[in-house]
Amino acid sequence: MINVQELTKKYARNTAVDHISFEVRKGEIVGFLGPNGAGKTTTMRMLTCFLSPTSGTATVAGFDILDNPFEVKRRIGYLPETPPLYPEMRTAEYLELVGSLKGLRGPELAKRTDYVLERCAVADVKHKVLGKLSKGYRQRVGLAQAIIHNPDVLILDEPTAGLDPKQINETRDLIKSLAGDHTIILSTHILPEVEQTCQQVIIINRGKLVAIDSVSNLQHRARGAGSVLVEVAGRNGSLDAAQVQRSLEQVSGVSRVLATRTGEDRAVFEVDGNNDRSLRADLARAVVQSGWDLNELRSAAVSLEEVFLQLTNADVAGNSSESPTEPPESVAAKAEE
Amino acid sequence: MRNVWIICKKELHSYFVSPIACLLFTFFALLFGYFFWTGVYGFVYLGMESQMRGESFPMSVNEFLLRNLTGNLSVIGLFFVPLITMRLFAEEKRSGTIELLATSPVHDAEIIVGKWLAALLLYAGMLLLTALNYVWLFKYGNPDWKPLAIAYLGLLLQAGALLAIGTFISTLTRNQIIAAAATFGVCLLLWIMAWVGEFEYTTWARVTSYLSVLSHFETFAKGVIYTKDVVFYVSLIFLGLFLTSRSLESLRWRA
Repeated sequence: MINVQELTKKYARNTAVDHISFEVRKGEIVGFLGPNGAGKTTTMRMLTCFLSPTSGTATVAGFDILDNPFEVKRRIGYLPETPPLYPEMRTAEYLELVGSLKGLRGPELAKRTDYVLERCAVADVKHKVLGKLSKGYRQRVGLAQAIIHNPDVLILDEPTAGLDPKQINETRDLIKSLAGDHTIILSTHILPEVEQTCQQVIIINRGKLVAIDSVSNLQHRARGAGSVLVEVAGRNGSLDAAQVQRSLEQVSGVSRVLATRTGEDRAVFEVDGNNDRSLRADLARAVVQSGWDLNELRSAAVSLEEVFLQLTNADVAGNSSESPTEPPESVAAKAEE
Repeated sequence: MRNVWIICKKELHSYFVSPIACLLFTFFALLFGYFFWTGVYGFVYLGMESQMRGESFPMSVNEFLLRNLTGNLSVIGLFFVPLITMRLFAEEKRSGTIELLATSPVHDAEIIVGKWLAALLLYAGMLLLTALNYVWLFKYGNPDWKPLAIAYLGLLLQAGALLAIGTFISTLTRNQIIAAAATFGVCLLLWIMAWVGEFEYTTWARVTSYLSVLSHFETFAKGVIYTKDVVFYVSLIFLGLFLTSRSLESLRWRA
């Protein structure tokens, strides 16, 4: 449905999007993930024909964004970061305006307007002035205008930014219910959102594609890269933590051992390494064979958040010499862009 | 064509929902009412004077009253144009609604012409208000309506040209005040450029005064349509709208 090839956008001083290629199949929800300033919005703006790419191209619903922008625009619904509302208009009036701009006429326009008013739960503010609506309503009216012409592709730029938790859930459910009929790309820097709504994740950082994978694969990868927590106790009331650390370090597959807590007779270690089943078995054996007790052994749970940080930080480390743009902020920080 | 009308309707709607149209209409009507009153007063006074001097030939309402009035209108038009055009694109850029327009299946030209047409219609609406005054003039006097109609055609053409320039300036910024100030500056320049032709007769002075918007209005005010003046205004309209479309397109490269 969407096919992006080597899409690049250069500004006077920096490269916002750097040779990005990916593909989205029909009916999928794809999460577009990256820190603030990673190039998410720029990519989306190019896909919606708002910006022209410096090089590369993309096809949306079979039409090229450069050769056939008019046909592309007919087939996409776009919700920019701030919903494009005219504050002096009333909700229904506004939706009718957008519908007619998208080419709907007469009874069809009226039918679709009523439908999206219901679908996005904004029918109760139908006659209210948009400038006076709350943030949650504004966002939903924004979604309503994006789907009014029943587009094949929906492009949503941070659809849940600035909403309260209840509104976030409602918006997510709404987006999920739209999948199937529509192919959806949504951008976010909030990870749980991706875990909950998307099947596919595209991670970009500093304009470069870092990873593209399914959510479950990424979580799997996260577990593989995670660390193991080992709690060891001495048998006769005392324990030489340094000695334990040395013997844990000798286990094959271990890359780093860190004593996180040491006490009189027990110590907790965080062991990094190739965390598969044999590593944990080897660690257990090493502890018991040296004459200590093994109190606890578990994988430290790793969230998608950590994979994300790992992926983006690795990328930064590899490219620190070029692109002197601002450093990626912490992903967990939900600061506004 | 249909999209032009959709955009135009939307613009007119926001002019009339916000207080801006109301304010413009009020002050325009007040100003014109004042011009009209002083004009008629002066005309009657002059008429009585010439009667007392025993001059017998009748004074023409068109020549002594209407020509001055329409001349005044063309000057105050300069002050109203920036207020009409300042929001056209600057506001869309500031609020982000430009993204809605630019990602809808609508051509740039349709957006631009729609917006310009809405501005022109608003101005035409203001001119229509002056009819309230003329009703009395036609009731108690007998002016010739044809030169008046031609003068109003000239006013519309002049406003069309200035509005096109204002529309262009509005695409350059996201700040309405800046758009208004710059448009006002350009309008003033286009007015006073004519003055240089009054005492200088070199080529550059003639070119400069030719480019002044107001000097082309004088023939309309006399009730004469010169093709060269119509061509001047129409080409200025095209230039303004063309620059607007270029500026809008450049947004796709730098926005």
